[in-house]
Formats: sequence, structure tokens, C-alpha cells
Amino acid sequence: MIGPSQAFALVDVASGLAGTVGQPVDQPKLLGARQMQAMSLAWHIILVCFGVTFPGIVLFTEALWLRTGDLVYRDLARRWSKVMLVLFAVGAVSGTVLSFELGILWPEFMARFGDVFGVAFALEGFAFFIEAIFIAIYVYGWNRIPDRLHLLTGLPMVVAGVAGAYFVIAVNAWMNNPTGFDVVNGQVTNIDPWTTLTNTATWPELIHMLMAAYMVAGFLMGGVYAWAWLRGDRSRRVRVAFAVPFTLAALAAPAQLVVGDWIARYVAVDQPIKLAAQEGLAETTEGAPFTIGGWYEDGEVQGGIEIPYMLSILAFHDPDATVEGLNAVPPEDQPPVNTVRLAFQFMVAVGTGLALLAAWYLLAWWRKRRLPQSKWFYRAAILAGPAAAGALIAGWIVTEVGRQPWIVYDVMRTESAVTQADGVNVGFAVLAFVYAALTVGIIYVLRRFAKRDREADALTTGPEAP
Amino acid sequence: MLAEFAVALLVVGLAAYAVLGGADFGAGFWDLTAGSAERGARVRGLIERSMGPVWESNHVWLIFVLVVCWTTFPTAFGSIMSTLWVALFIALMGIVLRGSAFAFRGESATVSQQRFFGVIFAASSLIVPFFLAAAIGGIASGRVPAGNAAGDLLTSWANPTSVLVGVLAIVTGAYLAAVYMAGDARRGGHDDLVERMRLRALGAGAAAGVVALGGFGVLREDARPLYDGLTEGAGLVAVIISIVAGIAGLWLIWTRRFALARVVAAAAVAAVACGWALAQQPEFLPGALTVEEAAAADATLAAVLIAFVVGVLVLAPSLVLLWRLVLRGRLDRDFRPLGPDRRR
Repeated sequence: MIGPSQAFALVDVASGLAGTVGQPVDQPKLLGARQMQAMSLAWHIILVCFGVTFPGIVLFTEALWLRTGDLVYRDLARRWSKVMLVLFAVGAVSGTVLSFELGILWPEFMARFGDVFGVAFALEGFAFFIEAIFIAIYVYGWNRIPDRLHLLTGLPMVVAGVAGAYFVIAVNAWMNNPTGFDVVNGQVTNIDPWTTLTNTATWPELIHMLMAAYMVAGFLMGGVYAWAWLRGDRSRRVRVAFAVPFTLAALAAPAQLVVGDWIARYVAVDQPIKLAAQEGLAETTEGAPFTIGGWYEDGEVQGGIEIPYMLSILAFHDPDATVEGLNAVPPEDQPPVNTVRLAFQFMVAVGTGLALLAAWYLLAWWRKRRLPQSKWFYRAAILAGPAAAGALIAGWIVTEVGRQPWIVYDVMRTESAVTQADGVNVGFAVLAFVYAALTVGIIYVLRRFAKRDREADALTTGPEAP
Repeated sequence: MLAEFAVALLVVGLAAYAVLGGADFGAGFWDLTAGSAERGARVRGLIERSMGPVWESNHVWLIFVLVVCWTTFPTAFGSIMSTLWVALFIALMGIVLRGSAFAFRGESATVSQQRFFGVIFAASSLIVPFFLAAAIGGIASGRVPAGNAAGDLLTSWANPTSVLVGVLAIVTGAYLAAVYMAGDARRGGHDDLVERMRLRALGAGAAAGVVALGGFGVLREDARPLYDGLTEGAGLVAVIISIVAGIAGLWLIWTRRFALARVVAAAAVAAVACGWALAQQPEFLPGALTVEEAAAADATLAAVLIAFVVGVLVLAPSLVLLWRLVLRGRLDRDFRPLGPDRRR
């Protein structure tokens, strides 16, 4: 294990890892590769939320049907499972993009460390396999496999979805907190290939991501039916379809605040410079304050609201604790503070807002046993999904940009990992175009689903009385 | 020894992807050539129904190959992906468009929308196998040196061997797809489609044989070490198995025994993947890295093998379940032609 104290010595080693060609770093190429990777991750991560949580939501709804015999649940589960299949298909291909990009954009990273973290990805491959197999059996098996058995065929996809998230997060946690190898004379040796699976830093990151996935998927799905509610459709179908995903998201939202606190303490110990960037803390400080808002310039946050001792309390649960500042490392080893800090503040602000919205919902349920009646609640519920998605992406900006300039924290610099090939920016432009087209395609297909469902409802039940 | 096992895993993954994923691309080829919306409606409906439940798990074999490669042969992986990035990126865009277009087409409302998504699906079904196979041709003909983008970004995949392997991939995919779909059509009781797919299978099978055998001439000029490897020793054995299975497959199709033809045709294609690996032993990147040089540390190789065994214990029964359900028609949707007569 390479500790932060060895960071300075390792800067030299890391330049030793600069690759077989060893040309000077081409900054536009590095920037293009990073932006292409960022766009691909941001696009994919939204679909991941559905890939991980949708099976659980659909299965839960189907189980409600089998328990109550209420056909509203069955119809919802069936319709959602078709949406799930389409989103899974698109998520599978955008996940493939990431697999390719690891090699296309970061060949030195893969060449040096592929054998250190690869086993987690191998297991993820199997999880993905299982999910793909059972999602097909489940969705194509409606009405063809006996009801209870059909419910059972859905279970592997739920387990595989979560397991897959665990394995991928394990690799990311390893990049943040690399273990399981030594660097001797610029060579990676003494590899422990199971290291990614035993890394304790994985757990807070995984739970944080799973909660976020339930929030993004649940609030986005709920928002669709909040829209229908606002347009006057208060049918039982709409109310149930709103309540199931929204309740799951509303339960995750307050819990996420607690998980966020947990992860912050890990970051404080494992990646103090990332925390310093999140907070705009220039100098190592005893009893450090937390600053809300403002802009980091000339070594301090200007124009923010300062809460004394709060950062020390949040990071170490001790008002007098010492929090490491950016000055602990030379400027070339510091991440871009404002990007990380604004992303962090945005995530926290949105997370707090969503927890308040969730509290409104849960209180109404607890006290009156019904959905809130205020139009303002449903207007907020429509916004909750996109806001949660934005917060999710902001959170990944914090963890990824906050780790810069390192691709493997304190071991390998991102600029040493990037490809020497030409034309990366052309690939970036093409991919951006393809993703734009795909986004349009997804929206089109989802709208078709909605339209068809409305037509089917009108046929079977007739227009409901207001 | 461990390194050879890792190579074997890669070959298994590649062969599975060629046999399963390749057939899905081949289905796209028949979709493209099925004719106008009216004439092709029944063939397209069959494709939709045959591919629907299986194409995603078939696609995972590609991910499997990538993951095993970067874990067990990391240096070679970095070299391959950086030098061949243009071909691989084109294939990748094809994968993205094809998967999405297939998923979207099943849900589209009008014939013109179906046609739009259908053309994207079908065209990318040609692009993906060609460029993935062209990349393999670059590796096999020794055009990928070790190092970060150390090879030529264009000629590494735009060369005679790459073109040959690319065309072969398209033709064998079309052959496999026609064989599988003939069987699926019989199961569904669509006799007209059985005959249409049977003729296509015979044609594509013959074409694949011609390209494969004619290809030896190209390899002799362009990739002599590979040619030598395929014409002697273990490589030659694989080639002979492929030829025998190829002829047997055609005969089985001629006599309408599609269930057996499905297996034999797949074996013929899988033998080609094995033949390639055997022919270039002991090299991983011919002329640049041997298998031993490219292999990761033993601890990692052993871990991958353990992960593979554990994974297969879960995966194998799952795949068997899926294929049994599919081959017995339990997951078949009601057949509906994909075209103008489909009212929505």
C-alpha cells in the first residue's frame, strides 16, 4: 500500500510510469479524452440507475399484485418491465462504450493496472451476463411462465444488478484508494488481484450510489405520473404508479444525508486533498469552518457563508480536529478547486431539498394515509427527478475531478495514462452526436409507451370520472 | 501454463461471440436484404422474434473478451486498443446504434419509423462485424506493436488481411443467422420462411466457404506467418475440422435437419477462432509479444481462472435455462410480420 506520506517520492515514480513512448504530454489530447470520458460516464450513469433499481421496483410491484390480486399492479409491472428492457438495452451499449474507452483513451492505465483491478470487472461481466439472461426471461416470460415462477425468475436480475454495481464501484474505490501492489523501479509488482474486493472504501461509495440510483429512478418515474396527476388524471392507476417509485425514492433521500456524512469521513482520511478541494480549504486548519456558497480565489472562498468548526465536525465528528488543506501538496497535485467545490455544493443543496420534499410526502402519508393534495407538491415532484440526476452527476464530478491530477490516486497521473493516438477529438465529436441522437430516440420511445398505455386504458376502462 | 489457460478463455469468448453475436449481426444482414416493407415483412418479423430474447446476452461475450484481455494481458490490451482505436471506435458506434435501433424499432409506431430504425439496425449490423474483425486481422497479421498507439493508426486495420477477415465475419454471420432462423421458422410453423431461410443458408454457407478458402491466397501474400501456422500442425487440424463441419453443415441444411445443422455450423465457425489462436502460438501480438511476455502475473491469472469457474457455475445453468426456454418456444412472442400490415 502506498501512503500519502510517500506522495512526493511517487511523483517521480509516476513520471517513470509515463509509458513506453514517453512523449511530452499533449494537453489538448488529454482534455479531449477527459471530456469524452466524462460525457460517456454522465450519460451512462443515468441508465445505470434504472438498470440497478428498475428490476427491484418492477418485482416489488408484481409481488403486490400476487399478494392483493389487484390488476392495477400487474398492468404496471408489465408496462414497466418493457420500459426496463429498452433502458437496459441502451444501458448495455453505453456500458460497452465505457469498456472500449478504458482501452482507447487510457491504454497506459490499463496496461499498468489492468491486472490489479481486473478481477472485479471479470466478476462484473458475469453479473451483467446474469442480468441480461434473466431480464429476457422475465420480460418475455409474462403470461408464458406460471405467475409465482415468473416472480422468481426476476430475482436473479435484482441480485445481479446490485452485484454488478458493487464490482464497478469497487474498481472506482480502488482508483481513489489504491491497494494491493507495490511500485518498484517504475514496475508494478506484488499484485494482490483480490484487492478490489477487500477494499473497505468500496462500501460507503456503493451504498451512496445505490441510494442515489433509487432517488434518480424513483423521482424520475414518479415525476412522469406527477405530470399526469397535474393534468387531471387522478385515477387509481396514476396514484399507484406515482406512489410506488416515489415512496422508494422518498425513503432513500433522507437516508442519503446520513450516508453522505459517512462517505465524507472516508474521504477525509483516504483523500484529504479531495476534501480540501470540496471545501475550498487552502491551508491545513484546526477547527476548520464549513463555507456555503462563494467562489474560491487566491487561496480562500470569497463571498460565502462561514459556519465555524462545522467542517471539522462533519469530517471527524470533533470541532477541534485538524483538516488537511490544499497546501499539503504542491499546486501541480491539486485538483481544480471551483469545479469540485461547486459540484459538491450543488449536490448537497439538491440532496437537502429532496430530503425536505421526501419529508413532506412521508409526513402526509404518516398523518393522513394519503398522497399530498397540493399542486405545488406535484410540481416539485416533477422537478425532483432531473434534480436528482443532476446531483448524481455532480457527485461523480466531485469524486472524479476531485481525484485529479491522478487517475490512480497518488500513483499514476491522468496525463501519463492517456493515449498517444491522434484524432481523439474527432471521436469525441462523433460520440456526442450519437448520444444526442440516442437521447432523442429514448424520449421518443418512452413517449410512445406512455401514449399506448393511455390508449389501452381508455379502451379497457373508459374515461374515469374526475 | 496459466497463460495458456487465459488464452483459452479468450478463444472461448471470441468463439462464443462469433457464433452467437455473429448470428445476430447476420440477422441484420438478412433484414437489410429482405426487400421492400411489404415483401420483407415476414422475414423481419422472424428476425425480431428470434433475436429478441437472446441478443443482449450474446452481446455480453464481447464484454467478456475485453475484460479477460485487459486483466490477463494488460500490456497487449493497451497496445491493441490504442493502435486499432479507429476501427474499434467505428465498430463501437455500430454497436451503440444497432442495439438501440433494434430496441427502438420494436416500439416504433409507423412504417416509416420502422424503416428508419430498421435501416440503422441493419447497416450497423454490417459495420460492427466488419470492423471488429478488421481489428483482429490487424493483430493476426502482426501490425500491432507493443506500446501506446505505437502502430499505424490506419494501415493496422486497413490492409488485405483485415478486409478478408472482415468480409469473412459478415458472411459467416449471415450463414449462421440463416441456419438458426430456418430452425426457428420451422418451430413456428412458417413453412414459406423455412424455405426462404434455407436457400439463404445454402448460399451464405457456400459463400463463406469460398471466402475462407480463397482467403488463404491473401494470407500467403499478406500474413505469411499466419498462413504457415494455418497450413501445418495444430492450426491445420482446426482448419480441417472447420472445412469438414462446413461441408457437413451444408449437407444437413440441404436435407432440412436444422437442429443439428445449428450445432455443426457453429462448430465450423468456432474452429476458425481456435485455428487463429493455434496458428500464431506462441505469440500474442505476432512479432511483438509472446503469450508469456504479455501475460499478467500468475496471481492475477489464477484469480481470473477462479473467478471464471465461480462465474460459470452460475452462468452455465442460467444460459441453459434461457436457451431451453428459447429453443422450445416458451419465450416466443406471437409472430407478427414487421411491416405495413402491422396495425398499432
